[in-house]
Amino acid sequence: MPPWGRLLAHAVIWGLGLAYLVPLIVVVLNSLRTAQEIAQTSMIGWPEFWAFGNYAEAWSKFCVAQTCTGLQPYMWNSAAVTIPATIISTLLGAIAGYAISLWRFRGDTWIFGLVTLGIFLPQQMRLIPWTIVLRDIGLMNTLAGLVMIHTIQGMSFTTLFCRNYYVSIPQDLMKAARIDGAGFFRTFLRIVLPLSPPILIVTVIWQFTHIWNEFLYGVTFTTGSQQPVTAALIGLNATIADVPQHGVQSAAVVIAALPTLLVYLFGGKYFLRGLTAGAVK
Amino acid sequence: MIWGPLLIAAAHIVLFAAWTIWMSFTSSTLMPVSDFVGLRNYNLVLGTRNWKIAFDNLLLFSSSFVVLTMLTGLVLAILLDQRIRGENVLRSIFLYPMAVSFVVTGVVWSWLLNPGMGIQKLVNDLGWTGFRFDWLIDREMAIWTIVIAGVWQASGFAMALILAGLRSVEADLIKAAQIDGAGPVRMYVRVILPTLWPILVAVLVILLQMAITTFDLVRALTGGGPGIATQLPALVVYDFMFQRGQLGRGAAAAVLMLLTLLLVLVPHAVWKYAQRRRAAHA
Repeated sequence: MPPWGRLLAHAVIWGLGLAYLVPLIVVVLNSLRTAQEIAQTSMIGWPEFWAFGNYAEAWSKFCVAQTCTGLQPYMWNSAAVTIPATIISTLLGAIAGYAISLWRFRGDTWIFGLVTLGIFLPQQMRLIPWTIVLRDIGLMNTLAGLVMIHTIQGMSFTTLFCRNYYVSIPQDLMKAARIDGAGFFRTFLRIVLPLSPPILIVTVIWQFTHIWNEFLYGVTFTTGSQQPVTAALIGLNATIADVPQHGVQSAAVVIAALPTLLVYLFGGKYFLRGLTAGAVK
Repeated sequence: MIWGPLLIAAAHIVLFAAWTIWMSFTSSTLMPVSDFVGLRNYNLVLGTRNWKIAFDNLLLFSSSFVVLTMLTGLVLAILLDQRIRGENVLRSIFLYPMAVSFVVTGVVWSWLLNPGMGIQKLVNDLGWTGFRFDWLIDREMAIWTIVIAGVWQASGFAMALILAGLRSVEADLIKAAQIDGAGPVRMYVRVILPTLWPILVAVLVILLQMAITTFDLVRALTGGGPGIATQLPALVVYDFMFQRGQLGRGAAAAVLMLLTLLLVLVPHAVWKYAQRRRAAHA
């Protein structure tokens, strides 16, 4: 390619890169501007005076619907759902993937096929059954209910990821373990788990991002103080209409997005691997 | 110990799907009942203006979202493939929207596209007072705001997969084409893109799946409005089930959504199966 062509390619791609950052830059700058300043100009602008107080207010004072507790309790709710569901679904997926790929049992390919069908079944097809199940076992409007749902549904992905990774572990290794008299869990702990960190990181990042960002179940199965942060954000955006508080609201949006953005910043490579693994199937 | 959870994870998919399908043939409203009313719910749902608008919107949204996302992803990937300085940083920039919830991005886009305080206001304040960019409150154009936000969010994903595909094209193939005197454009169109088909199809299917199940983004960006101008099937399902307390009709709408999805997934599965068999025979 001629030098001017390379220059042009650089200009275009860096220009596009900057454009992709605009929404993030705008919301971060807004989170540091006062409501008056935004109202006088627009949502897009440089802070005249850095209103760091927006973050404190968004975190602990701001009103969502009629409760003025800030985003804090909803962030804890999201954490209380996301962290256990991520850990449990990843562990179960690892053991299930190991059982399917290395231990083998009658009907293993069937079970695997069924579990992975879950990747395609839209949430809308499960809303009514989950509603009834949650009500009957008394977990409606609880964080435990959401943990259960995300664990069970998450297994579709975690089992797929782990099974596809474990398939490449040589069967000889398994035979050797069996000859040594190691059982199902001993073999898993001694041989399979030490080989697993790469896929476990991918799986944990995938689950964490998806569960944290999930909205439909959160808004359907929980209300008020039990809601995860994605559901609360929508409420917050709706309440604001009468009294504009866009600086604080922007801070709230940044806070809600921060956990997954941080995970992406530090584990982007693994996030991408999850996306690709999910895509190739 | 693993059999319990594994069995639940596998069985719930079939059972829940069957349950919802069964529900769609009953007259359930607020409470599930088990009488059989045939296709009544389907006829009712298909007859509502809400569903018709939602389905028309879905056709427009999914086709434009998928085409524009793939084109953008392809352009980004090809540009990034030119030994660009800072490629890693750029790749992370294009992909970061995928790590953020659609609720967050929907809210941010709703501010940017709000004519009273977003891009239009900024340009007006800069002196171009006649500038209009009010698609968000324009019934005809509002659906395009969802396309804009969706393409911005998903094109980095398309880019990442296509770029991985570009990088895995065999060097020999490229060398042979170079020896034949192929220029860069010819190289991409004739040599590289044809080998990318499987990846492009995979991306296409995932994007269609995303489009058909779109819910969060619309809820956060337009709320389905103005009026019901940006209604999509997933919102109709939710509306029937939890706002109007019409479980039977909501279930029917969910099944219609699933059928739309199967229209994409089944041909893809058949195609993949045929491809695998061909590969096995070759």
